[in-house]
Amino acid sequence: MIAFDDVSHDYGGGRLFGDVSIKLDQGSFHFLTGPSGAGKSTFLKLCYGELTPSAGKVLVMNKDLQGLSRNDLAAMRQRIGVVHQDCQFLDHLSVEQNVALPLSATGRPVPDSDVADLLSWVGLASHAEALPPTLSGGERQRAALARAVIAAPNMLLADEPTGNLDWDMSQRLMSLMIELNRMGTAVLIATHDLQLIRFAKSQINARVLRIARRKLQVAGADL
Amino acid sequence: MSAGASISRLVVPRRGQSVWLIVLSAGAMAFLAVFALALAVSAAQLAQTWSAALSQTATVRLSAPPEDIDEQTAIVLEVLRTTPGIESAEQIAPGDQAELLEAWLGPDLPLDALPLPRLIEVTETPEGPDRQGLRLRLSAEAPGAVFDDHTRWRRPLAEAAGRLRAVALVSLVLIGGVTSAIIALAASAALASNGQVIRVLRLVGARDRFIARAFVRQISLRAGLGALVGTALALGALAAIPQAGGDVHLLSGLGFSGAGWALPALIPLLAMILAWLASMTTAFQVLRGVT
Repeated sequence: MIAFDDVSHDYGGGRLFGDVSIKLDQGSFHFLTGPSGAGKSTFLKLCYGELTPSAGKVLVMNKDLQGLSRNDLAAMRQRIGVVHQDCQFLDHLSVEQNVALPLSATGRPVPDSDVADLLSWVGLASHAEALPPTLSGGERQRAALARAVIAAPNMLLADEPTGNLDWDMSQRLMSLMIELNRMGTAVLIATHDLQLIRFAKSQINARVLRIARRKLQVAGADL
Repeated sequence: MSAGASISRLVVPRRGQSVWLIVLSAGAMAFLAVFALALAVSAAQLAQTWSAALSQTATVRLSAPPEDIDEQTAIVLEVLRTTPGIESAEQIAPGDQAELLEAWLGPDLPLDALPLPRLIEVTETPEGPDRQGLRLRLSAEAPGAVFDDHTRWRRPLAEAAGRLRAVALVSLVLIGGVTSAIIALAASAALASNGQVIRVLRLVGARDRFIARAFVRQISLRAGLGALVGTALALGALAAIPQAGGDVHLLSGLGFSGAGWALPALIPLLAMILAWLASMTTAFQVLRGVT
């Protein structure tokens, strides 16, 4: 699904991490942890081509992202759902229009019932017509997750998706991501939340990756 | 509203200074374009009218001693009557001739005492006479007769009208160029000020063509709207210029006639096409620089 081949990335004149080689298979579930500033968000951005590595190759679905045309990169992103840490929305569109954007902006049909069901699932049914700036931090994260999964992506990348949520809602969203994973979607979640990782590992076979001291490590032991 | 309803119309916010810049500049340029177009059309009409008015008329000016003038006049009239291509030839009455000169020399000049040449007004058939042959016959039979077919008047008038039309057409091209440049700048500003929109659309996998179209559509419609208002105002201003009856003057005759009034309707359409081309080119250039 996603393969890093000896990838290094520099930031601000220094090396953020280097010599990273790893494969994230179709249907896999990974957590990415590490101290703040270690490069978790950068790692995710490299996965969907928002950033290009300083050295090495990032292969997504067996294609080198650096060799893709702009249209091919766009087509690739249609198969990857992304939840940004800062939940980027089109602030002048309603929540339901933002959630439907991955379909409507790529010429795919938008079943209104799917949008409504998904908004209900993330607890935002009553906010369908609201504008994103009127939502709380937690509501924005839920809307961002709904947008990331509406197109049934092959891979879901989420950067601290439960950072502003209470435990009940965090569990609920994690359950949604676990459900997607069971249907074959590869999931990679950057998070600090060890309780959330334990919750997920109690239900599925999730691996934990950790960026520390400029290296990517695979945690083998239980947390 | 349905979540997926015509999203390309909605993804770009309908606000920002660039929106007004596009409407105002397209309106102002359309206003100027209507006047340039009117000038081009009027100059062409004027040249045609002047040429038509002068092309089938000529004048024979006859100078001779007073004792020979009547005889020479009769000879000239006879020559003209027997020349193919001459429809009619008539001596201008002394009273009418005095009236013509009064405008230049004033009413108090004793015209009767002056040795004025005789003037014969000639109307040609559409085919016209053999002018060179006619001049030779006149010089042989009435040496004091000069055939003036108004060429020396007609040519500079036609040239002036032609140049005026060329200047008007160049003005139209310049207006189109400036409009394109302004809209390209406005498109660039609109894209720069909507970085968040581009980032989000990229994130969800929208292609450059979709993103560019969303901006281009909005810019083209606003350019069309501005041009429509500018054109309407200019047509109103043209209609308010007093007309000079049957006379043909450049200033009082500036405007369109008959079906010609439909010509300015093309200006908003052209403005939209120019805006579409300029903004589409700019959008793709800008998007190529954004990951």
